[in-house]
Amino acid sequence: MGRYRENPGALLQLIEDDRVHRDVYTDPEVFALEMERLWSRSWVYLCHASQLLAAGDFVTLDVAGKPLLVVRQADGGIRVLMNRCAHKGTKVVSAPSGNSGKTLRCPYHAWTYRLDGSLAMIPLKEGYAGTSMNEKGLAEVKHVSVYRGFVFARLSDRGMSFEEFFGDSLSSIDFLADRSPEGELEIAGGCLRYLHNCNWKMFIENLNDTMHPMIVHASSAGTAKRLWEGEPAHRPKPMVVEQFVPFVNGYQFFDEMGVKAYPHGHGFSGVHFSIHSAYSPIKDYEEAMRRAYGEERAKHILGTVRHNTVYYPSLTIKGAIQSIRVARPLAADHTLIESWTFRLKGAPDSLLARTVMYNRLINSPMSVVGHDDLHAYRSIQEGLAADGNEWVNLQRNYDPSEKNEKEITANGTSDLSMRNQFRAWRELMTAE
Amino acid sequence: MTEQDLARFVVREARLLDEKRFDEWYELFTDDGFYWVPAVHGQKDPQLENSLAYEDKFLLKLRIERLKSPQAYSQQPASRCLHVLQQPEVEHSTGKEFRVRTPMLYTETRGDESQRYAATAWHTLVAHNGALKIKLKRVDILNCDAMLPSIQLFL
Repeated sequence: MGRYRENPGALLQLIEDDRVHRDVYTDPEVFALEMERLWSRSWVYLCHASQLLAAGDFVTLDVAGKPLLVVRQADGGIRVLMNRCAHKGTKVVSAPSGNSGKTLRCPYHAWTYRLDGSLAMIPLKEGYAGTSMNEKGLAEVKHVSVYRGFVFARLSDRGMSFEEFFGDSLSSIDFLADRSPEGELEIAGGCLRYLHNCNWKMFIENLNDTMHPMIVHASSAGTAKRLWEGEPAHRPKPMVVEQFVPFVNGYQFFDEMGVKAYPHGHGFSGVHFSIHSAYSPIKDYEEAMRRAYGEERAKHILGTVRHNTVYYPSLTIKGAIQSIRVARPLAADHTLIESWTFRLKGAPDSLLARTVMYNRLINSPMSVVGHDDLHAYRSIQEGLAADGNEWVNLQRNYDPSEKNEKEITANGTSDLSMRNQFRAWRELMTAE
Repeated sequence: MTEQDLARFVVREARLLDEKRFDEWYELFTDDGFYWVPAVHGQKDPQLENSLAYEDKFLLKLRIERLKSPQAYSQQPASRCLHVLQQPEVEHSTGKEFRVRTPMLYTETRGDESQRYAATAWHTLVAHNGALKIKLKRVDILNCDAMLPSIQLFL
Protein backbone atom coordinates (compact mmCIF):
# COMPACT_ATOMS: atom_id res chain seq x y z
CA MET A 1 0.00 0.00 0.00
CA GLY A 2 1.45 3.31 -1.03
CA ARG A 3 1.11 6.78 0.38
CA TYR A 4 -1.40 7.98 -2.20
CA ARG A 5 -3.44 5.07 -3.58
CA GLU A 6 -5.39 4.51 -0.38
CA ASN A 7 -5.29 8.11 0.72
CA PRO A 8 -7.22 10.43 -1.63
CA GLY A 9 -6.79 13.32 0.78
CA ALA A 10 -3.00 13.12 0.54
CA LEU A 11 -3.22 13.09 -3.25
CA LEU A 12 -5.39 16.21 -3.34
CA GLN A 13 -3.07 17.99 -0.94
CA LEU A 14 -0.37 17.87 -3.61
CA ILE A 15 -2.21 20.59 -5.54
CA GLU A 16 -2.78 24.02 -4.08
CA ASP A 17 -4.29 26.94 -5.97
CA ASP A 18 -0.97 28.45 -6.94
CA ARG A 19 1.67 25.80 -6.24
CA VAL A 20 2.13 22.03 -6.51
CA HIS A 21 4.08 19.50 -4.50
CA ARG A 22 7.16 17.97 -6.15
CA ASP A 23 5.72 14.44 -5.89
CA VAL A 24 3.44 15.15 -8.88
CA TYR A 25 6.60 15.12 -11.01
CA THR A 26 8.81 12.59 -9.26
CA ASP A 27 6.80 9.95 -7.39
CA PRO A 28 6.36 6.59 -9.23
CA GLU A 29 3.14 5.87 -7.35
CA VAL A 30 1.64 9.20 -8.41
CA PHE A 31 2.70 8.36 -11.98
CA ALA A 32 0.95 4.96 -11.79
CA LEU A 33 -2.20 6.67 -10.50
CA GLU A 34 -1.98 9.24 -13.29
CA MET A 35 -2.00 6.42 -15.84
CA GLU A 36 -4.94 4.64 -14.17
CA ARG A 37 -6.99 7.77 -13.62
CA LEU A 38 -6.01 10.95 -15.45
CA TRP A 39 -4.75 9.29 -18.64
CA SER A 40 -7.57 6.74 -18.70
CA ARG A 41 -10.41 9.16 -17.97
CA SER A 42 -9.20 11.84 -20.42
CA TRP A 43 -9.66 11.85 -24.17
CA VAL A 44 -6.16 10.96 -25.36
CA TYR A 45 -4.95 11.58 -28.92
CA LEU A 46 -4.13 8.33 -30.72
CA CYS A 47 -3.41 9.13 -34.36
CA HIS A 48 -4.77 10.92 -37.40
CA ALA A 49 -7.36 9.34 -39.68
CA SER A 50 -5.12 10.05 -42.70
CA GLN A 51 -2.78 7.32 -41.36
CA LEU A 52 -5.62 4.82 -41.84
CA LEU A 53 -6.85 5.16 -45.40
CA ALA A 54 -7.83 1.60 -46.44
CA ALA A 55 -9.72 -1.13 -44.59
CA GLY A 56 -7.22 -3.07 -42.48
CA ASP A 57 -4.83 -0.11 -42.11
CA PHE A 58 -3.67 -0.02 -38.51
CA VAL A 59 -1.56 1.89 -36.02
CA THR A 60 -0.35 0.43 -32.72
CA LEU A 61 0.61 2.45 -29.67
CA ASP A 62 0.58 2.38 -25.88
CA VAL A 63 -1.69 4.67 -23.89
CA ALA A 64 -1.66 4.65 -20.10
CA GLY A 65 0.47 1.51 -20.30
CA LYS A 66 -2.13 -0.35 -22.41
CA PRO A 67 -1.22 -1.76 -25.85
CA LEU A 68 -3.76 -0.40 -28.36
CA LEU A 69 -4.55 -1.27 -31.96
CA VAL A 70 -6.35 1.37 -34.01
CA VAL A 71 -7.81 -0.13 -37.15
CA ARG A 72 -9.81 1.10 -40.15
CA GLN A 73 -12.94 -1.00 -40.67
CA ALA A 74 -14.44 -2.29 -43.91
CA ASP A 75 -17.39 0.11 -43.38
CA GLY A 76 -15.00 3.08 -43.14
CA GLY A 77 -15.23 3.46 -39.37
CA ILE A 78 -12.30 3.40 -36.96
CA ARG A 79 -12.18 1.03 -34.00
CA VAL A 80 -9.73 0.88 -31.12
CA LEU A 81 -8.95 -2.60 -29.79
CA MET A 82 -6.74 -3.89 -27.03
CA ASN A 83 -3.75 -5.40 -28.82
CA ARG A 84 -3.89 -8.64 -26.82
CA CYS A 85 -4.88 -12.04 -28.15
CA ALA A 86 -7.80 -13.56 -26.24
CA HIS A 87 -5.80 -16.79 -26.05
CA LYS A 88 -2.41 -16.33 -24.35
CA GLY A 89 -2.02 -12.55 -24.40
CA THR A 90 0.24 -12.16 -27.43
CA LYS A 91 0.09 -8.79 -29.14
CA VAL A 92 -1.87 -9.62 -32.28
CA VAL A 93 -0.02 -6.97 -34.31
CA SER A 94 3.60 -6.01 -33.68
CA ALA A 95 4.42 -3.39 -36.33
CA PRO A 96 3.89 0.30 -35.48
CA SER A 97 1.71 0.63 -38.59
CA GLY A 98 0.68 -1.31 -41.69
CA ASN A 99 -2.21 -3.15 -43.27
CA SER A 100 -3.55 -6.36 -41.76
CA GLY A 101 -5.63 -7.51 -44.73
CA LYS A 102 -9.16 -8.66 -44.01
CA THR A 103 -8.40 -10.26 -40.65
CA LEU A 104 -6.09 -9.91 -37.67
CA ARG A 105 -4.23 -13.14 -37.09
CA CYS A 106 -2.24 -13.85 -33.94
CA PRO A 107 1.33 -14.86 -34.88
CA TYR A 108 1.51 -17.44 -32.06
CA HIS A 109 -1.39 -19.96 -32.51
CA ALA A 110 -3.24 -18.29 -35.41
CA TRP A 111 -6.32 -17.28 -33.49
CA THR A 112 -7.93 -15.00 -36.06
CA TYR A 113 -10.16 -11.96 -35.62
CA ARG A 114 -12.27 -9.80 -37.90
CA LEU A 115 -11.27 -6.12 -38.14
CA ASP A 116 -13.89 -5.30 -35.50
CA GLY A 117 -12.08 -7.64 -33.07
CA SER A 118 -14.69 -10.43 -33.10
CA LEU A 119 -13.35 -13.96 -33.18
CA ALA A 120 -13.34 -15.44 -36.71
CA MET A 121 -11.37 -18.69 -36.38
CA ILE A 122 -9.46 -20.89 -33.95
CA PRO A 123 -7.46 -23.92 -35.20
CA LEU A 124 -8.98 -27.20 -33.93
CA LYS A 125 -11.70 -25.26 -32.17
CA GLU A 126 -13.55 -28.41 -31.06
CA GLY A 127 -10.82 -28.90 -28.45
CA TYR A 128 -12.42 -26.07 -26.45
CA ALA A 129 -15.90 -27.62 -26.45
CA GLY A 130 -17.40 -27.65 -23.00
CA THR A 131 -14.91 -25.14 -21.56
CA SER A 132 -15.70 -21.61 -20.41
CA MET A 133 -13.66 -20.14 -23.26
CA ASN A 134 -14.27 -16.47 -23.91
CA GLU A 135 -15.42 -16.10 -27.52
CA LYS A 136 -15.72 -12.33 -27.38
CA GLY A 137 -12.50 -11.76 -29.26
CA LEU A 138 -10.35 -8.68 -28.71
CA ALA A 139 -11.43 -6.24 -26.02
CA GLU A 140 -12.61 -2.96 -27.49
CA VAL A 141 -12.12 0.60 -26.30
CA LYS A 142 -15.69 1.84 -26.63
CA HIS A 143 -15.17 5.55 -26.27
CA VAL A 144 -13.65 6.78 -29.53
CA SER A 145 -14.14 10.12 -31.22
CA VAL A 146 -12.78 11.44 -34.50
CA TYR A 147 -12.73 15.21 -34.84
CA ARG A 148 -11.53 16.68 -38.19
CA GLY A 149 -9.43 13.52 -38.59
CA PHE A 150 -7.93 13.62 -35.05
CA VAL A 151 -8.63 10.25 -33.42
CA PHE A 152 -9.11 10.34 -29.65
CA ALA A 153 -10.07 7.63 -27.18
CA ARG A 154 -11.07 7.48 -23.53
CA LEU A 155 -9.99 4.15 -22.05
CA SER A 156 -12.14 4.29 -18.94
CA ASP A 157 -15.93 4.01 -18.89
CA ARG A 158 -15.78 6.77 -16.36
CA GLY A 159 -15.30 10.31 -17.63
CA MET A 160 -16.81 13.15 -19.60
CA SER A 161 -18.14 13.06 -23.14
CA PHE A 162 -15.74 14.24 -25.85
CA GLU A 163 -17.72 17.45 -26.40
CA GLU A 164 -17.88 18.28 -22.72
CA PHE A 165 -14.18 17.51 -22.18
CA PHE A 166 -12.80 19.71 -24.97
CA GLY A 167 -15.63 22.24 -25.39
CA ASP A 168 -14.70 25.41 -27.25
CA SER A 169 -10.99 24.56 -27.19
CA LEU A 170 -11.66 22.53 -30.36
CA SER A 171 -11.49 25.83 -32.28
CA SER A 172 -7.69 25.39 -32.48
CA ILE A 173 -8.13 22.12 -34.38
CA ASP A 174 -10.64 23.86 -36.64
CA PHE A 175 -8.25 26.71 -37.37
CA LEU A 176 -5.51 24.16 -38.17
CA ALA A 177 -7.69 22.07 -40.51
CA ASP A 178 -9.16 25.20 -42.12
CA ARG A 179 -5.64 26.19 -43.17
CA SER A 180 -6.12 23.60 -45.89
CA PRO A 181 -7.96 25.10 -48.87
CA GLU A 182 -9.93 21.84 -48.88
CA GLY A 183 -10.42 21.84 -45.10
CA GLU A 184 -8.53 18.56 -44.74
CA LEU A 185 -5.23 17.50 -43.27
CA GLU A 186 -2.95 14.62 -44.09
CA ILE A 187 -0.08 13.38 -41.92
CA ALA A 188 3.06 13.72 -44.05
CA GLY A 189 6.82 13.67 -43.67
CA GLY A 190 7.01 11.06 -40.90
CA CYS A 191 7.56 11.56 -37.19
CA LEU A 192 10.41 12.74 -34.96
CA ARG A 193 10.69 10.73 -31.74
CA TYR A 194 12.55 12.54 -28.96
CA LEU A 195 13.09 10.77 -25.64
CA HIS A 196 12.76 13.23 -22.76
CA ASN A 197 14.23 12.08 -19.44
CA CYS A 198 11.72 14.12 -17.49
CA ASN A 199 8.11 14.03 -16.34
CA TRP A 200 5.49 14.57 -19.06
CA LYS A 201 3.99 17.61 -17.33
CA MET A 202 7.23 19.59 -17.58
CA PHE A 203 7.01 19.37 -21.36
CA ILE A 204 3.29 20.23 -21.47
CA GLU A 205 3.65 23.15 -19.07
CA ASN A 206 6.62 24.57 -20.93
CA LEU A 207 4.65 25.00 -24.15
CA ASN A 208 2.84 28.00 -22.72
CA ASP A 209 5.61 29.13 -20.39
CA THR A 210 6.54 32.37 -22.10
CA MET A 211 9.05 33.52 -19.49
CA HIS A 212 11.70 31.03 -20.64
CA PRO A 213 12.38 31.45 -24.39
CA MET A 214 14.49 34.60 -24.16
CA ILE A 215 16.66 32.88 -21.52
CA VAL A 216 16.78 29.23 -22.54
CA HIS A 217 17.00 29.91 -26.27
CA ALA A 218 19.53 32.76 -26.13
CA SER A 219 22.25 30.29 -27.13
CA SER A 220 20.36 29.10 -30.25
CA ALA A 221 17.83 31.70 -31.41
CA GLY A 222 19.99 34.50 -30.01
CA THR A 223 22.95 33.21 -31.99
CA ALA A 224 20.79 32.94 -35.13
CA LYS A 225 19.80 36.57 -34.66
CA ARG A 226 23.41 37.68 -34.21
CA LEU A 227 24.63 35.72 -37.24
CA TRP A 228 21.84 37.10 -39.40
CA GLU A 229 22.62 40.65 -38.35
CA GLY A 230 26.15 40.08 -39.66
CA GLU A 231 24.92 39.10 -43.14
CA PRO A 232 24.85 41.61 -46.01
CA ALA A 233 21.63 43.70 -45.88
CA HIS A 234 20.49 42.80 -49.40
CA ARG A 235 20.33 39.05 -48.71
CA PRO A 236 16.75 37.77 -48.55
CA LYS A 237 15.87 36.58 -45.08
CA PRO A 238 16.00 32.78 -45.05
CA MET A 239 13.11 30.82 -43.58
CA VAL A 240 15.33 29.47 -40.79
CA VAL A 241 15.93 33.00 -39.56
CA GLU A 242 12.20 33.76 -39.62
CA GLN A 243 11.56 30.61 -37.60
CA PHE A 244 14.36 30.96 -35.03
CA VAL A 245 14.64 34.65 -34.22
CA PRO A 246 11.19 35.31 -32.63
CA PHE A 247 12.11 32.88 -29.84
CA VAL A 248 14.28 35.62 -28.34
CA ASN A 249 11.67 38.38 -28.52
CA GLY A 250 11.42 40.35 -25.31
CA TYR A 251 9.13 39.94 -22.31
CA GLN A 252 6.72 42.57 -23.62
CA PHE A 253 6.11 40.59 -26.83
CA PHE A 254 5.25 37.41 -24.97
CA ASP A 255 3.19 39.24 -22.37
CA GLU A 256 1.07 40.98 -25.00
CA MET A 257 0.61 37.70 -26.88
CA GLY A 258 -2.00 36.65 -24.28
CA VAL A 259 -2.97 33.24 -22.91
CA LYS A 260 -6.40 31.62 -22.81
CA ALA A 261 -7.62 28.78 -20.58
CA TYR A 262 -10.62 26.49 -21.04
CA PRO A 263 -12.18 24.05 -18.56
CA HIS A 264 -10.48 20.64 -18.07
CA GLY A 265 -6.90 21.79 -18.60
CA HIS A 266 -6.97 22.93 -22.21
CA GLY A 267 -5.77 26.28 -23.49
CA PHE A 268 -3.40 28.20 -25.68
CA SER A 269 -1.12 31.19 -25.77
CA GLY A 270 -0.87 33.54 -28.72
CA VAL A 271 -4.39 34.94 -28.40
CA HIS A 272 -3.55 38.13 -30.29
CA PHE A 273 -0.38 37.20 -32.22
CA SER A 274 2.57 34.84 -31.79
CA ILE A 275 6.11 33.96 -32.82
CA HIS A 276 4.56 32.71 -36.09
CA SER A 277 2.90 36.02 -37.03
CA ALA A 278 5.67 37.52 -39.13
CA TYR A 279 6.40 34.66 -41.55
CA SER A 280 6.72 35.71 -45.19
CA PRO A 281 3.52 35.20 -47.17
CA ILE A 282 3.38 32.29 -49.63
CA LYS A 283 1.52 33.86 -52.53
CA ASP A 284 0.01 30.93 -54.43
CA TYR A 285 -1.14 29.36 -51.15
CA GLU A 286 -2.86 32.52 -49.98
CA GLU A 287 -4.58 32.79 -53.36
CA ALA A 288 -5.82 29.20 -53.04
CA MET A 289 -7.16 30.08 -49.57
CA ARG A 290 -9.01 33.16 -50.88
CA ARG A 291 -10.52 31.10 -53.69
CA ALA A 292 -11.66 28.45 -51.22
CA TYR A 293 -12.98 30.64 -48.40
CA GLY A 294 -13.41 34.16 -49.77
CA GLU A 295 -11.34 37.19 -48.82
CA GLU A 296 -12.62 37.78 -45.31
CA ARG A 297 -12.72 34.21 -44.02
CA ALA A 298 -9.29 33.43 -45.54
CA LYS A 299 -7.86 36.47 -43.79
CA HIS A 300 -9.37 35.36 -40.48
CA ILE A 301 -7.97 31.81 -40.78
CA LEU A 302 -4.48 32.94 -41.82
CA GLY A 303 -4.48 35.70 -39.21
CA THR A 304 -5.16 33.21 -36.41
CA VAL A 305 -1.64 32.19 -35.41
CA ARG A 306 -2.03 30.64 -31.96
CA HIS A 307 1.28 29.65 -30.38
CA ASN A 308 0.71 26.24 -28.67
CA THR A 309 -2.70 24.78 -27.92
CA VAL A 310 -2.70 22.08 -25.26
CA TYR A 311 -5.38 19.41 -25.47
CA TYR A 312 -4.70 18.15 -22.00
CA PRO A 313 -3.01 15.83 -21.30
CA SER A 314 -1.68 14.31 -24.54
CA LEU A 315 -1.90 16.52 -27.61
CA THR A 316 -0.37 19.88 -28.33
CA ILE A 317 -0.84 21.61 -31.63
CA LYS A 318 0.70 24.48 -33.51
CA GLY A 319 -1.94 25.46 -36.04
CA ALA A 320 0.03 28.27 -37.65
CA ILE A 321 2.82 25.88 -38.60
CA GLN A 322 0.60 22.76 -39.02
CA SER A 323 2.53 20.51 -36.63
CA ILE A 324 1.61 18.60 -33.49
CA ARG A 325 3.57 17.26 -30.55
CA VAL A 326 2.21 14.31 -28.65
CA ALA A 327 3.26 13.34 -25.12
CA ARG A 328 3.56 9.59 -24.47
CA PRO A 329 4.53 9.16 -20.79
CA LEU A 330 6.76 6.14 -20.10
CA ALA A 331 7.66 6.62 -16.42
CA ALA A 332 7.65 9.41 -13.83
CA ASP A 333 10.93 10.63 -15.31
CA HIS A 334 10.66 9.46 -18.94
CA THR A 335 8.43 10.71 -21.74
CA LEU A 336 8.44 10.15 -25.46
CA ILE A 337 7.62 13.29 -27.44
CA GLU A 338 6.40 12.52 -30.96
CA SER A 339 6.39 15.43 -33.41
CA TRP A 340 4.29 15.10 -36.56
CA THR A 341 3.74 17.34 -39.55
CA PHE A 342 0.73 17.79 -41.82
CA ARG A 343 0.21 18.38 -45.49
CA LEU A 344 -2.60 20.87 -46.02
CA LYS A 345 -4.69 19.33 -48.79
CA GLY A 346 -4.86 21.68 -51.75
CA ALA A 347 -1.82 23.72 -50.61
CA PRO A 348 1.55 23.83 -52.39
CA ASP A 349 4.46 21.67 -51.19
CA SER A 350 6.25 24.76 -49.88
CA LEU A 351 3.88 24.67 -46.90
CA LEU A 352 4.93 21.11 -46.10
CA ALA A 353 8.59 22.08 -46.53
CA ARG A 354 8.05 24.94 -44.06
CA THR A 355 6.57 22.75 -41.32
CA VAL A 356 9.17 20.02 -41.89
CA MET A 357 11.89 22.64 -41.47
CA TYR A 358 10.32 23.96 -38.28
CA ASN A 359 9.95 20.46 -36.93
CA ARG A 360 13.60 19.51 -37.39
CA LEU A 361 14.86 22.89 -36.13
CA ILE A 362 12.75 22.80 -32.96
CA ASN A 363 11.59 19.23 -32.21
CA SER A 364 14.36 16.88 -33.34
CA PRO A 365 16.63 15.01 -30.89
CA MET A 366 19.34 17.04 -32.67
CA SER A 367 17.55 20.40 -32.22
CA VAL A 368 19.61 23.14 -30.61
CA VAL A 369 16.36 24.55 -29.23
CA GLY A 370 15.26 21.19 -27.84
CA HIS A 371 18.62 20.54 -26.19
CA ASP A 372 18.35 23.56 -23.92
CA ASP A 373 14.65 22.97 -23.16
CA LEU A 374 15.24 19.36 -22.20
CA HIS A 375 18.26 20.36 -20.13
CA ALA A 376 15.96 22.63 -18.10
CA TYR A 377 13.37 19.88 -17.56
CA ARG A 378 16.00 17.31 -16.57
CA SER A 379 17.53 19.84 -14.25
CA ILE A 380 14.14 20.27 -12.52
CA GLN A 381 13.74 16.48 -12.28
CA GLU A 382 17.03 16.34 -10.36
CA GLY A 383 16.66 19.64 -8.48
CA LEU A 384 13.32 18.66 -6.96
CA ALA A 385 15.08 16.10 -4.75
CA ALA A 386 16.48 19.01 -2.71
CA ASP A 387 15.53 19.56 0.90
CA GLY A 388 14.12 22.79 2.26
CA ASN A 389 11.40 23.41 -0.36
CA GLU A 390 9.03 20.74 -1.61
CA TRP A 391 6.86 23.08 -3.70
CA VAL A 392 6.87 24.25 -7.31
CA ASN A 393 5.73 27.82 -7.84
CA LEU A 394 2.85 28.62 -10.23
CA GLN A 395 2.06 32.01 -8.76
CA ARG A 396 2.74 34.45 -11.59
CA ASN A 397 -0.30 36.74 -12.01
CA TYR A 398 -2.46 34.50 -9.81
CA ASP A 399 -5.96 35.84 -9.32
CA PRO A 400 -8.22 33.81 -6.98
CA SER A 401 -11.28 34.68 -9.08
CA GLU A 402 -9.89 32.74 -12.07
CA LYS A 403 -10.99 29.48 -10.42
CA ASN A 404 -14.63 30.35 -11.01
CA GLU A 405 -14.31 31.36 -14.65
CA LYS A 406 -15.23 28.97 -17.47
CA GLU A 407 -13.00 30.62 -20.02
CA ILE A 408 -10.40 33.14 -19.10
CA THR A 409 -7.88 35.22 -21.03
CA ALA A 410 -4.84 36.70 -19.29
CA ASN A 411 -1.55 38.38 -20.07
CA GLY A 412 0.78 36.03 -21.93
CA THR A 413 3.40 35.64 -19.21
CA SER A 414 0.86 34.54 -16.60
CA ASP A 415 1.15 31.02 -15.15
CA LEU A 416 -2.61 30.69 -15.80
CA SER A 417 -2.25 27.74 -18.20
CA MET A 418 -0.28 25.71 -15.62
CA ARG A 419 -2.71 26.42 -12.78
CA ASN A 420 -5.53 25.51 -15.13
CA GLN A 421 -3.86 22.19 -15.98
CA PHE A 422 -3.46 21.30 -12.31
CA ARG A 423 -7.10 22.16 -11.60
CA ALA A 424 -7.92 19.54 -14.26
CA TRP A 425 -5.36 17.19 -12.71
CA ARG A 426 -7.18 17.36 -9.37
CA GLU A 427 -10.52 16.78 -11.03
CA LEU A 428 -9.33 13.79 -13.08
CA MET A 429 -7.29 12.20 -10.27
CA THR A 430 -10.06 12.22 -7.69
CA ALA A 431 -10.73 8.61 -6.77
CA GLU A 432 -14.22 7.08 -7.01
CA MET B 1 42.48 12.16 -56.39
CA THR B 2 43.49 8.68 -55.33
CA GLU B 3 41.43 6.39 -53.15
CA GLN B 4 43.97 7.04 -50.43
CA ASP B 5 43.49 10.83 -50.69
CA LEU B 6 39.73 10.41 -50.28
CA ALA B 7 40.08 8.02 -47.33
CA ARG B 8 42.59 10.32 -45.65
CA PHE B 9 40.17 13.23 -46.03
CA VAL B 10 37.34 11.31 -44.35
CA VAL B 11 39.58 10.22 -41.48
CA ARG B 12 40.80 13.77 -40.94
CA GLU B 13 37.25 15.14 -41.07
CA ALA B 14 36.21 12.80 -38.24
CA ARG B 15 39.29 13.72 -36.26
CA LEU B 16 38.46 17.44 -36.46
CA LEU B 17 35.06 16.66 -34.92
CA ASP B 18 36.56 14.47 -32.19
CA GLU B 19 39.01 17.25 -31.32
CA LYS B 20 36.20 19.84 -31.45
CA ARG B 21 37.99 21.88 -34.08
CA PHE B 22 34.60 22.90 -35.41
CA ASP B 23 35.70 26.08 -37.20
CA GLU B 24 38.20 24.09 -39.25
CA TRP B 25 35.55 21.43 -39.86
CA TYR B 26 33.12 24.08 -41.11
CA GLU B 27 35.67 25.18 -43.71
CA LEU B 28 35.65 21.69 -45.23
CA PHE B 29 32.18 22.29 -46.70
CA THR B 30 31.50 23.95 -50.05
CA ASP B 31 29.45 27.16 -49.81
CA ASP B 32 26.36 25.19 -50.86
CA GLY B 33 27.29 22.16 -48.76
CA PHE B 34 24.87 20.28 -46.50
CA TYR B 35 25.07 18.04 -43.46
CA TRP B 36 22.17 15.55 -43.34
CA VAL B 37 21.08 13.02 -40.71
CA PRO B 38 17.92 11.27 -41.95
CA ALA B 39 15.16 10.23 -39.53
CA VAL B 40 14.05 7.24 -41.61
CA HIS B 41 16.01 4.30 -42.96
CA GLY B 42 16.64 4.90 -46.66
CA GLN B 43 15.15 8.41 -46.57
CA LYS B 44 14.98 10.02 -50.02
CA ASP B 45 13.80 13.57 -49.45
CA PRO B 46 15.28 16.03 -46.94
CA GLN B 47 12.79 18.83 -47.75
CA LEU B 48 9.40 17.15 -47.48
CA GLU B 49 10.27 14.45 -44.95
CA ASN B 50 11.40 14.99 -41.39
CA SER B 51 15.12 14.61 -40.73
CA LEU B 52 17.06 14.60 -37.48
CA ALA B 53 19.23 17.31 -39.07
CA TYR B 54 19.52 18.87 -42.51
CA GLU B 55 21.75 21.88 -42.30
CA ASP B 56 23.26 24.34 -44.72
CA LYS B 57 26.32 26.37 -43.78
CA PHE B 58 24.27 28.99 -41.99
CA LEU B 59 22.78 26.36 -39.68
CA LEU B 60 26.14 24.64 -39.21
CA LYS B 61 27.66 27.97 -38.23
CA LEU B 62 24.80 28.51 -35.80
CA ARG B 63 25.36 25.09 -34.22
CA ILE B 64 29.12 25.74 -33.90
CA GLU B 65 28.71 29.25 -32.46
CA ARG B 66 26.11 27.96 -30.00
CA LEU B 67 28.53 25.33 -28.73
CA LYS B 68 30.94 28.17 -27.88
CA SER B 69 28.24 30.14 -26.04
CA PRO B 70 28.32 30.21 -22.22
CA GLN B 71 24.50 30.28 -22.47
CA ALA B 72 24.35 26.81 -24.05
CA TYR B 73 23.11 25.31 -20.79
CA SER B 74 22.83 21.79 -22.16
CA GLN B 75 26.61 21.89 -22.60
CA GLN B 76 27.28 22.16 -18.88
CA PRO B 77 29.10 19.84 -18.68
CA ALA B 78 30.23 19.78 -22.29
CA SER B 79 29.76 16.76 -24.56
CA ARG B 80 32.63 14.81 -26.11
CA CYS B 81 32.57 12.48 -29.09
CA LEU B 82 34.66 9.84 -30.80
CA HIS B 83 34.26 8.41 -34.30
CA VAL B 84 35.68 4.92 -34.80
CA LEU B 85 35.80 4.46 -38.56
CA GLN B 86 35.96 1.44 -40.81
CA GLN B 87 38.17 1.82 -43.91
CA PRO B 88 36.41 4.37 -46.20
CA GLU B 89 35.46 2.95 -49.60
CA VAL B 90 34.96 4.96 -52.80
CA GLU B 91 31.55 4.01 -54.13
CA HIS B 92 31.42 6.31 -57.11
CA SER B 93 33.73 8.70 -58.92
CA THR B 94 33.42 11.04 -61.90
CA GLY B 95 36.99 12.28 -61.51
CA LYS B 96 35.61 15.56 -60.08
CA GLU B 97 32.99 14.30 -57.68
CA PHE B 98 33.36 11.31 -55.38
CA ARG B 99 31.03 9.35 -53.15
CA VAL B 100 32.68 7.66 -50.17
CA ARG B 101 31.04 5.17 -47.81
CA THR B 102 32.34 4.82 -44.25
CA PRO B 103 30.70 2.58 -41.63
CA MET B 104 31.43 3.82 -38.13
CA LEU B 105 30.74 3.58 -34.43
CA TYR B 106 29.97 6.94 -32.88
CA THR B 107 30.12 7.61 -29.16
CA GLU B 108 28.91 10.80 -27.52
CA THR B 109 29.34 11.35 -23.80
CA ARG B 110 28.27 14.04 -21.39
CA GLY B 111 29.00 13.79 -17.68
CA ASP B 112 27.93 10.34 -16.55
CA GLU B 113 25.91 9.68 -19.70
CA SER B 114 27.15 7.88 -22.78
CA GLN B 115 25.40 7.04 -26.07
CA ARG B 116 26.64 4.82 -28.88
CA TYR B 117 25.41 4.60 -32.45
CA ALA B 118 26.31 2.39 -35.37
CA ALA B 119 26.10 4.52 -38.49
CA THR B 120 27.21 4.85 -42.09
CA ALA B 121 28.68 8.13 -43.30
CA TRP B 122 28.27 8.99 -46.98
CA HIS B 123 30.55 11.79 -48.15
CA THR B 124 29.91 13.48 -51.47
CA LEU B 125 33.24 15.22 -52.08
CA VAL B 126 34.29 17.60 -54.83
CA ALA B 127 37.78 18.62 -55.90
CA HIS B 128 38.10 22.37 -55.51
CA ASN B 129 41.36 24.11 -56.47
CA GLY B 130 43.24 20.90 -55.86
CA ALA B 131 41.64 20.38 -52.42
CA LEU B 132 38.66 18.26 -51.45
CA LYS B 133 35.47 19.84 -50.11
CA ILE B 134 32.27 18.32 -48.74
CA LYS B 135 29.19 18.89 -50.87
CA LEU B 136 27.09 16.58 -48.73
CA LYS B 137 27.80 14.58 -45.61
CA ARG B 138 24.95 12.18 -44.98
CA VAL B 139 24.99 10.04 -41.83
CA ASP B 140 22.58 7.13 -41.65
CA ILE B 141 22.20 6.10 -38.02
CA LEU B 142 21.27 2.41 -37.89
CA ASN B 143 18.40 3.09 -35.46
CA CYS B 144 17.56 6.59 -36.68
CA ASP B 145 13.83 5.90 -36.24
CA ALA B 146 14.15 4.82 -32.59
CA MET B 147 13.23 7.26 -29.85
CA LEU B 148 16.47 9.10 -29.29
CA PRO B 149 17.80 11.31 -26.51
CA SER B 150 19.56 14.62 -27.23
CA ILE B 151 22.43 14.16 -29.69
CA GLN B 152 24.40 17.35 -29.31
CA LEU B 153 27.54 17.08 -31.43
CA PHE B 154 28.15 16.07 -35.06
CA LEU B 155 28.06 12.43 -36.15
